[in-house]
Amino acid sequence: MSTPSAAQRFVRGILPENPVYRQMLGLCATLAVTNNLKSAVTMGAAVLFVLVCANLMVSLIRHWLTPHLRIVIFTLTIATFVTVADRLLAAFLYPMSKALGPYIPLIIVNCIIICRCEVCAAKQGPLTAVADALGQSLGFALALVSLAAVREILGTGMWFGFRVLPAAWPDWVIMVLPPGAFLTFGLLLGLANWISARRGGKEEA
Amino acid sequence: MNAAIMTTDTMPAKRPWRDNALFQGWLVLLLAVVFGALLAGVQTALGPTIAANKRNETLSQVPALLAPASGAAATAKLEIDTRMLPVSRGGRTAVYRVHRARRDGQLAGWVVQTAGQGYADRIEVLVGLSPEADVITGLFVLDQKETPGLGAKIATAPWRRQFVGKPAAAPLEVVKGGGAGANQIDAITGATISSRAVVAIVNRALADVSSQLAADAGKAAP
Repeated sequence: MSTPSAAQRFVRGILPENPVYRQMLGLCATLAVTNNLKSAVTMGAAVLFVLVCANLMVSLIRHWLTPHLRIVIFTLTIATFVTVADRLLAAFLYPMSKALGPYIPLIIVNCIIICRCEVCAAKQGPLTAVADALGQSLGFALALVSLAAVREILGTGMWFGFRVLPAAWPDWVIMVLPPGAFLTFGLLLGLANWISARRGGKEEA
Repeated sequence: MNAAIMTTDTMPAKRPWRDNALFQGWLVLLLAVVFGALLAGVQTALGPTIAANKRNETLSQVPALLAPASGAAATAKLEIDTRMLPVSRGGRTAVYRVHRARRDGQLAGWVVQTAGQGYADRIEVLVGLSPEADVITGLFVLDQKETPGLGAKIATAPWRRQFVGKPAAAPLEVVKGGGAGANQIDAITGATISSRAVVAIVNRALADVSSQLAADAGKAAP
């Protein structure tokens, strides 16, 4: 099996190896922040920043990683960039920082990032690592936005806080509550699997 | 056999520093120092902005929580100063953050910051009071995590407006189905607990601070 190139890494992260719909990683954050599009987009951007920085850093120091200390180094790197992202949000997007509450600091334990450090950045060069980070975080953001789009419009009749459905729409409050996250995620995951099965399951491992 | 024992015995002795935890962890230690410095830099650069954001979030609400000014005073700039007000009552000690608002040196009102347990989590509110601290002039919910669509309605303007003009002396009470009385607040349908929580928070704060604020207002008057 040959090592994937930068372009392959980028493309795979978006759909074929989508972190949420295919790898089922980072679900805690996915379910928690997708009750409106603003939170989903902010979360996607924060993960993009952290993942690109962490992958680049790990890739640059990959020759000095030792098997028994690599996880410590990944965690240290990720925690640093998550703290930077958290402070930046608190300084420049204070309302979003408040709305997302603990979920920005919790990116530290988001499996997607440590998984990319381990699978790609620790083995491949900086260019491939950054391409991989971009692909995976776009895939993550796409998953967040798709969930949030369904939940926000059904739960409140709005997108990004602007009314889309007529005011007569009876808000399905359950969609913006935790059960709505599970319902929407289950249905969209089923849809994703159904589409890939109809295409002949080419992406099946 | 002898040789085997010899090698296993002498191998580590050859370069003992390689097994040293400090040597093995050089990269971890180096990164910890570098990242530590980076975070210290970020905190130094952004800390004041973040602190200002927190302060502004509260202070920007103050004008809307005061009774509207009339005449010449309406155009005067509002000066707000904040102090901590410790209160000891019934064997309980609490410290309130009180914002005092003045226009042209004249007391325009008070905004008391207080918090208490809601249905889901802590609810933090601002209560606006008249200069004599006898009438509620506004209510704002700074922080709440009540159920979206139900309890979260405590933060909506129509519900909060009920508090405006209510007397601060007698405790408010929550009623279901249209509170008409002088000190009655209509509960949100499906969120009686959240409604009661806010009213209890307001009642406790007013009982604690209103007499002290009224006394302060008397002293400040010419």
